[in-house]
Amino acid sequence: MAIETLVLGAGQEVGKSCVVVTMNGKRIMFDCGMHMGFLDHRRYPDFTLVDPNQDFNSAITCIIITHFHLDHVGALAYFTEVCGYNGPIYMTYPTKALAPLMLEDYRKVMVDRRGEEELFSSDQIAECMKKVTAVDLRQTVQVDEDLQIRAYYAGHVIGAAMFYAKVGDAEMVYTGDYNMTPDRHLGAAQIDRLRLDLLITESTYATTIRDSRYAREREFLKAVHKCVSCGGKVLIPTFALGRAQELCILLEDYWERMNLQVPIYFSAGLTIQANAYYKMLISWTSQKIKDTYSKHNAFDFKNVQKFERSMINAPGPCVLFATPGMISGGFSLEVFKQWAVSENNLVTLPGYCVAGTIGHKLMSDKRAKVDLDAKTRIDVRCQVHQLAFSPHTDSKGIMDLVNFLTPKHVILVHGEKHKMASLKEKIHSEFGIQCYDPANNETICISSTHSVNAEASDTFIRSCLSPNFTFQKCSSADACNSTTIGKSLMPMVQVEDERVSEGVFVVERGKKPKIVHKDELLLMLEEQKHDTMSGTF
Amino acid sequence: MKFTCLSKGRGFHFPPCHILNFCGIRILLDCPLDLSALLAFSPIPTLDCLSIVESYNTEANDFDSRAAFGKRQKIEKLLHAKNLLFAEPWYKTVNNLQLWNSSFIDVVLISSPMGIMGLPFLTRMKGFSAKIYVTEASARLGQLMMEDLISMHGEFRHFYGPEESNFPSWLRQEELEILPSELREIILGKDGLELGGWMPLYSAADVKDCMLKTHTLNYAEEACYNGTLVIKAFSSGIEIGSCNWILNSPKGDTAYVSGSSFISAHAMAFDYRSLQGACALIYSDFSLGDTQDSADGDNYSVSAAKLQSISSQDLAGFNHNSDENAEEKEKLDFICSNTINCIKEGGSVLIPIDRLGTILLLLEEMTASLEASDLKVPVYIISSMAEELLALLNIIPEWLCKQRQEKLFAGEQLFAHVKLLKEKKIRVVPAIHSQELLINWQEPCIVFCPHWSMRMGPVVHLLRRWCGSPKSLLILEQDILNLELALLPFQPVTMKVLQCLFPSGIGLRTVQPLLKLLRPKTVLCPEELRLQINLSSENSFSVLYYTEAETLKVPYRKHNSEIKIATDLASQFYWKTFKKEEISITKLKGELRMENARHHLLLETDNKNSSSNSRSSEHCGLPDSEKLMAALSKMGISGNIQHGMSDTKSQTVSIIHIEDPYKASIEIGTTGTIITTAQENVASSIYKIIDNILNAV
Repeated sequence: MAIETLVLGAGQEVGKSCVVVTMNGKRIMFDCGMHMGFLDHRRYPDFTLVDPNQDFNSAITCIIITHFHLDHVGALAYFTEVCGYNGPIYMTYPTKALAPLMLEDYRKVMVDRRGEEELFSSDQIAECMKKVTAVDLRQTVQVDEDLQIRAYYAGHVIGAAMFYAKVGDAEMVYTGDYNMTPDRHLGAAQIDRLRLDLLITESTYATTIRDSRYAREREFLKAVHKCVSCGGKVLIPTFALGRAQELCILLEDYWERMNLQVPIYFSAGLTIQANAYYKMLISWTSQKIKDTYSKHNAFDFKNVQKFERSMINAPGPCVLFATPGMISGGFSLEVFKQWAVSENNLVTLPGYCVAGTIGHKLMSDKRAKVDLDAKTRIDVRCQVHQLAFSPHTDSKGIMDLVNFLTPKHVILVHGEKHKMASLKEKIHSEFGIQCYDPANNETICISSTHSVNAEASDTFIRSCLSPNFTFQKCSSADACNSTTIGKSLMPMVQVEDERVSEGVFVVERGKKPKIVHKDELLLMLEEQKHDTMSGTF
Repeated sequence: MKFTCLSKGRGFHFPPCHILNFCGIRILLDCPLDLSALLAFSPIPTLDCLSIVESYNTEANDFDSRAAFGKRQKIEKLLHAKNLLFAEPWYKTVNNLQLWNSSFIDVVLISSPMGIMGLPFLTRMKGFSAKIYVTEASARLGQLMMEDLISMHGEFRHFYGPEESNFPSWLRQEELEILPSELREIILGKDGLELGGWMPLYSAADVKDCMLKTHTLNYAEEACYNGTLVIKAFSSGIEIGSCNWILNSPKGDTAYVSGSSFISAHAMAFDYRSLQGACALIYSDFSLGDTQDSADGDNYSVSAAKLQSISSQDLAGFNHNSDENAEEKEKLDFICSNTINCIKEGGSVLIPIDRLGTILLLLEEMTASLEASDLKVPVYIISSMAEELLALLNIIPEWLCKQRQEKLFAGEQLFAHVKLLKEKKIRVVPAIHSQELLINWQEPCIVFCPHWSMRMGPVVHLLRRWCGSPKSLLILEQDILNLELALLPFQPVTMKVLQCLFPSGIGLRTVQPLLKLLRPKTVLCPEELRLQINLSSENSFSVLYYTEAETLKVPYRKHNSEIKIATDLASQFYWKTFKKEEISITKLKGELRMENARHHLLLETDNKNSSSNSRSSEHCGLPDSEKLMAALSKMGISGNIQHGMSDTKSQTVSIIHIEDPYKASIEIGTTGTIITTAQENVASSIYKIIDNILNAV
């Protein structure tokens, strides 16, 4: 028996996560993402590799989406509505609630701002989401007679989950993105000790080991505080969901402690609307935040106000959360153009920006002139602060997870090529586990567990469970060497209970294979027992 | 499998309680509290009440002196408010549970928030060590209800002061004997045996401790007990978080169906599909009686329609039956219109209802109809747990019905009360004396509060205030079994009383089609069901009927367990074939493991005593003496055969005498062969030869 893994996306890169796993005749697509860095056909996974005839309904048993980020769900509406996949789709409750927001936002950016031809419409997003079955954490879903799936908490963003899948005796986990340390609003990833044939894990930070998150957060707060106390404006370009809420909880807390009156703004309706979702989904956040729900919902931000376009050039300090992140266009770019020219102002950037965005340019060379396009060039004078905390696990976290699960094989996805190669080496040398880092459109074939099913008679099971004591007297030599205190603690006799499971495996034509106790065997064979004794005279 | 029904319970608020012995594991199903027994107690007396009590007490003392001949007359007297027990109430647990040693219980399964109410009594017992499984939503709701009960009970403690002894006077035999028969039945039960179930209330610390011992589950999460049992909870639909259970074991699966509802306007509906194909199904929905009592024309037609849709094999028919929904809606409309009428006349409306679903729907409907009729009256929710409860309800979308979940996906609030609270259309206060209520109090008004059998909390005070006003309206659930007794302390009651039946259960007519669909092999049914439905005609499953406090033995269907043999172990098998290739046999040795209710046989990891087990074969059949001779001569051993004596009694078939190269004799019997030689190595070499000839396993 074998498990076949076809990597359609996020193979030796970050973006368009999509892995198709075939085991024991079932085919599961994990994630269906898009690549933010491409605008041509390369932005979507090459679905023709799944089935050259494009008959996806018979080719794929189900789709599982781990979380709502576009590089994990971006191609879903395209795959279901345009490519015609109609089968079951599973994701957690928060992902089902928030994924359409992300898809709709992306569609808007694509069509309204960039003037591209739309690949799917709002109605198609709604249609697509109707096909989705929402699952709870640890809920064991029987997709069909043979395929069983289960979600485990993954941290990363609200509703992010690792998925376990089992067909027959073959078992595997696909992690999606995860975080092994808790952050401001989410807990750390949690999973049971499973017997896995295969673990497919992300490896964004394959070689990085991060230090305390607390110090990094303080750096960020200090930078913001310094800026607003000098009357500057702080621009925090983020995506509407996840990072925005995390930073906002951080700022709210700080504002309260320091008794600051500087306004915090959220741009556009999207983020405010997102907060409404977060309030209902609070049970998916960290324990600390969950416990506060009855008195004050942590996502009921007190200091946050709505931002109007007219306020861009209003005097006085403020903090603004603007979409989209990485300053890839839209409103955050509009604000950036206005604010970047003053030294008083501050722009914070996430730890990772996709190549080709303004964010990426700012990170590569600080304090420079940035070309927006062929015509416009901005003289960037403002301060730039790079956030040093990330919702992804670091390399230690990946190693911890691999060590905890000790699967028979590991496949790395969602990372940078050379870093993945070194992590692969490390996993192989430290744990002796077969590890792979396939490129896009490559297929990895591994063997899977297969066991023999049989019936076991009650007598056999009972004989296995009956105690089998062995007594061992402790030698006096040992006792002499030990001290008097040790002597009194030294047991005179050691008892071992090693249970023996011995039986006879019988395969009779036309019947189920059966394990019986040796005493039962002769009955089955309708033969008499024959003892052979030998004696000496 | 052994099953004992400890209590059939009584409706929604007092679910049934059973003990199940499955695969040697003792499982307690629910641990409820009979709060209707509170009816025997008097609410906290008011000042004028007190004077009556005092006069009664002196009267009683007089009576005591004449008790010798007056007893019987007293019993037959009409029940009066002063007959109620004026003491800090105790609580009635499931009496039969006292007969079990709590330390022998291995697992407790809690199926609903109501089923957890008696649990602190159990968890605080010495030696209690069972693993408690409960859905997360049930645990949270149950905890709120228990904390609310403790806070309400606090009033009594304030009033009566600390208890003087741990045996209150009303529990004494002589006191019980002079009680009116109605009250005595509440306290002692019909058979007069239930006195042992009474307990003084647990403390807040007990509840906290109890909750720490629970293990919360998500929807359909697999919990594995001891490797032997895999436990899964599926929604039952009667309340948020309430569930039915599936227990998987190597001996087969058992399903437990508690009170369930196909349609719910708030909780996730009855997930019956997940219960299909169990070996044994314990049917524990006792809603049967209720529906019969109220079997008016309407009810009948609904059930009949349902039956039809099911018999036409329409699986979806269960859940998408809009008739019942419409009926529910009609009921709510009726309550709302009565409320509006009452308000218009200047009366206040008191709604002491403990069903979450009904409260939530009523809140939504009521505020809407108030708005529609342009009435501006305050709506209060008075309960110590209300604030937290309402906040909680908006953050557990995973246990809500489809329509509510759709709201989550659309980004709307799950229930309208969030908006209503913000707009101050409803006000939530913890108690009747809270500052906020005293400042804002206006009449007429509408008040929602818990009922606690009309004996404690805000309902008592409000009833005293409004019971004499014919303009006011009291809306009650049908579950209060004895309305007269419930209102006894408030007599004379001139306010209007509206009692509504909210159906909760599978319903009599659906039982049979449901069981057919679930295809269990054996069904355990309450005895009550035998008279109402003829299940014996059913061929697809066998039916066993159970009654309270009687143990039912259910044979396992399987005598064998499934086992999985690891491939690395299986690859080492050395096969022997018997009986014309029909049977192949191999000896196997491994490590038996129990995991996720499945036996696994793995390759032994440490081989330290692998040498010792090298040879200890079983032989069968008879050694063929000719063959043996041939084999012996091959080894250079010669001898002669002496065939067995002709008399049949002899066990000996033949004896081979060997002279060369050494002296030995081989005696072949019907059940054994005896080798006799002078040297040990000779014996073993002959043994090997025989071993080769015989069929060894």
